[in-house]
Amino acid sequence: MTQPARKRFDAYAMTWRLPIIIWQLLFFVGPLLFMVAMSFFVVKNYRMVEAFEFTNWVKMLGRGYFWDSYFLTLWLATLATVCAMVIAFPAAYALAFKVPDSVRRWAIFLLIIPFFTSYLVRIFSWYVILAETGVVNSILSYVGLGPYTMLNTKFGTIIGYLTLTLPLVVILQTFAMANIDTRLVEAAHNLGCKPFATVYRVVIPLAKTGLIIAALFCFILSFGDFVSPYYLGGSKPPTLPILIIDTTKSGQQWPRAAVVAIMMMITLFAVAFAAISAAYAKRGKS
Amino acid sequence: MSKIKNLGGLVTPSRRDVLKYGGAAALSMPFVSRAWAQTVEVNMLAWYGHGEPDIVGEFEAANNVKFKPKYYAGGDNMLGLIAQSPPGTYDIILSDAEFVQQLNAAGYIEELNAADYNFDDMLYDDFKKFPGHWDGDKLHSVMVRCGHLGVSYNKNAITAEEATSYKCFWKPEVKGKVGHFDWHLPSLGMMSLYNGNGAGLWDLDDAKWDAVKKATMSLRSQVGGFFDYGGTFNSLKNGEMQAMCGIGDWITGVLEKDGAPVASVVPKEGGIQWTESYCIGKGSQKADMVKKFIQYMLTPEGQVKSAEMKAYPGFAITKGGRAKLIEVDKKEAERTGQIDGMTNDPITLIKEGRIHYRGIPKQQSLEDWNDFWSEYKNA
Repeated sequence: MTQPARKRFDAYAMTWRLPIIIWQLLFFVGPLLFMVAMSFFVVKNYRMVEAFEFTNWVKMLGRGYFWDSYFLTLWLATLATVCAMVIAFPAAYALAFKVPDSVRRWAIFLLIIPFFTSYLVRIFSWYVILAETGVVNSILSYVGLGPYTMLNTKFGTIIGYLTLTLPLVVILQTFAMANIDTRLVEAAHNLGCKPFATVYRVVIPLAKTGLIIAALFCFILSFGDFVSPYYLGGSKPPTLPILIIDTTKSGQQWPRAAVVAIMMMITLFAVAFAAISAAYAKRGKS
Repeated sequence: MSKIKNLGGLVTPSRRDVLKYGGAAALSMPFVSRAWAQTVEVNMLAWYGHGEPDIVGEFEAANNVKFKPKYYAGGDNMLGLIAQSPPGTYDIILSDAEFVQQLNAAGYIEELNAADYNFDDMLYDDFKKFPGHWDGDKLHSVMVRCGHLGVSYNKNAITAEEATSYKCFWKPEVKGKVGHFDWHLPSLGMMSLYNGNGAGLWDLDDAKWDAVKKATMSLRSQVGGFFDYGGTFNSLKNGEMQAMCGIGDWITGVLEKDGAPVASVVPKEGGIQWTESYCIGKGSQKADMVKKFIQYMLTPEGQVKSAEMKAYPGFAITKGGRAKLIEVDKKEAERTGQIDGMTNDPITLIKEGRIHYRGIPKQQSLEDWNDFWSEYKNA
C-alpha cells in the first residue's frame, strides 16, 4: 500500500523562487499599489497630499480628450501590431525554413544590433529620412513625386513604432517557426497541400503561440511608447503616454497621471489575458 | 662630490632615484590637490543651458566651484521639482519671474540683501523692482536676463510684413506648418494678445477667456505639431514648421546665427517678455558662493555670456552688459536690437507698451489653462 504523496514545504525550492518573488513584490506590486493609492490623492501647492477622493478619476474619465487619446492610442498600437506582424512574417518564414542555420544565426545577430543603440537616437535619425527635404522626398522628387509630409503625422508615429518593435517581432516569429517539426510541413506538401495553404493550415497553427506572443509584445511596446508619437507624430494629437507627461508637466498632477497609467495597465492586462488565452487555447483542451 | 651625492641623489639623480622620487610625488599628488582646495559643489535648478560651460565655466575655474545643474522646462515643472525635494536640495534656482512669488510664498527661497546687487546699473527702472521679486522692501530674486516672444517664422514662407501680426499663423499657405512650443502659457498669452487684450492679457473674465479659447481653436487646423525645445529647434531648422507660436528669438536666434532663414518679431498686437531671475534656495549651505555667482552674472562679462548663451540667447539687462556686448559682439547687438536708438531695441519696445511681462492667469487657475491646452491638442 502506497502512502499518498504529502505536500510539504520545500525550503530548497523556495530559496530559488524567493528572489523573483521579492523582486516582483518590491518593484511591481508595491509601486502598482502605490500608484492606485496615489490616484486618490490631491495636489495642493504643487505637492501631493494624501487623501481618498475620486476627483482625479471623475476629472480624467469625464474629459473628452482623455477618451480621444485612449482610442487613438489603442488604434495606433493595433495598427502597428498588424503592420509589424505582416511585414515580419515573410522574413521570419524565410529565416526559419529557407536559409541555412549559419545564415539564420547571423540574421538574428543583425536583428539584435538595433537594440545596442538608443531608441531615441534611432528615432531622431528618421528626421533626416522623413523630412520634406529628407532622403525619401529627395528620391521621390527624381520621379516627379512629392514632397510628402511624413514627419508630425500618424504615419511618422507608425514608422517609429515599427522601428521599436519590428526587429523583436521578426526574432520572435523566427523562433516560433524554427521550432516547428519540418516533417509536418513536408508531409503537407507530400499530401498535395499548396504552399500558401501549407502556411495557413500548418505553419501558422503550429507557430500560433509564438506568433501571438510576438504580436502581444508589439502591442504592449507600441501602446506605452512616448518617443515616437512625440517626436515623429508631433504629439498631434497626443497619445496616452504624452497625456501622462502633459498632466505631470503642468500643475504636477501626478494623481491624474496615475489615473491615465492605471487605465493603460487595465487595457494591457485585458489584451495580454485575451492574447495568452488565445495562444494556449487548444493546448489546454488537448 | 660624494657629499653632494649623499643628498639622496637629488643633484645627479640616478635612474632609480628618478623612479623613487617621481613615484612618491605621483602617489602623494591626490592628497596634495585635495588639501590644496576642496571644490564646492553648487546644485542648480534651471532651464537648459544655464549650468553649461559657456555660462559657468569661467566662474567655476576662478572660484574652484562646480555647478551640478538639474534642468526643467516650464515654471510649474520647476515648482513641482522643488516641492518634491527636501529643503536645501537646490542652492541656486533660476526662476521665470512670474513664478518667484509662488517660490517665496511656499518658502522655497531665501531673502536676499538688496545692497549686494548693483540695481543702479539696470537698463530699465522696472528691472530694479521687478514685479513679484520684492515683498515690500524685502528682495527675493534678482533678474539676470530676459527675451521677447512674438511671431517666429520662416522668411521663405512668411514675409516680414505678414509677420507683424499674429494673423499670419492663419495664412492658408502655412496650413499644417504652424508649430507650438508645448507649453500653454506663452501660446495662450499670444492668443490673448491677438484678441486685443493688450496689457490685460492674463486678466481675462469669462467672456474674454471664452474668446481666447475660440481664437485658439480656430488655429488648430493650421497646426503641424507640438514640440519641446529640441523638437521646436529641429522642426524650424528642417523646414517642417514655417511658423511657430509660443517662442521668440531665444530659439530662432540660435538658428539665425547658423544661417537658417528664420526670424522673430514683436507683432503689432504686442509681445510677451520672458524674464529669468536667480534665487538662493532655502537652507542652502553655499549661499555666499551663490551670491557671488549672481553678482558675476550681473557684471558686464556675465551679461555678455548670458546674451550669447549657446542654448538660447537673451537680452543684457544692465547698462554695463549692453555696452560690453556692443564692444565685443556688435553684430549680435545689432541683430537683437540691443543698441540705443534701434527701432527694435527691447527697452524701447517695453517703453512703447508693446511688450507685456509674462504672467499667470488671474481669473482662471493654471489648471484651467492646462486643461484647455490638452483639449486643444486633442481637437
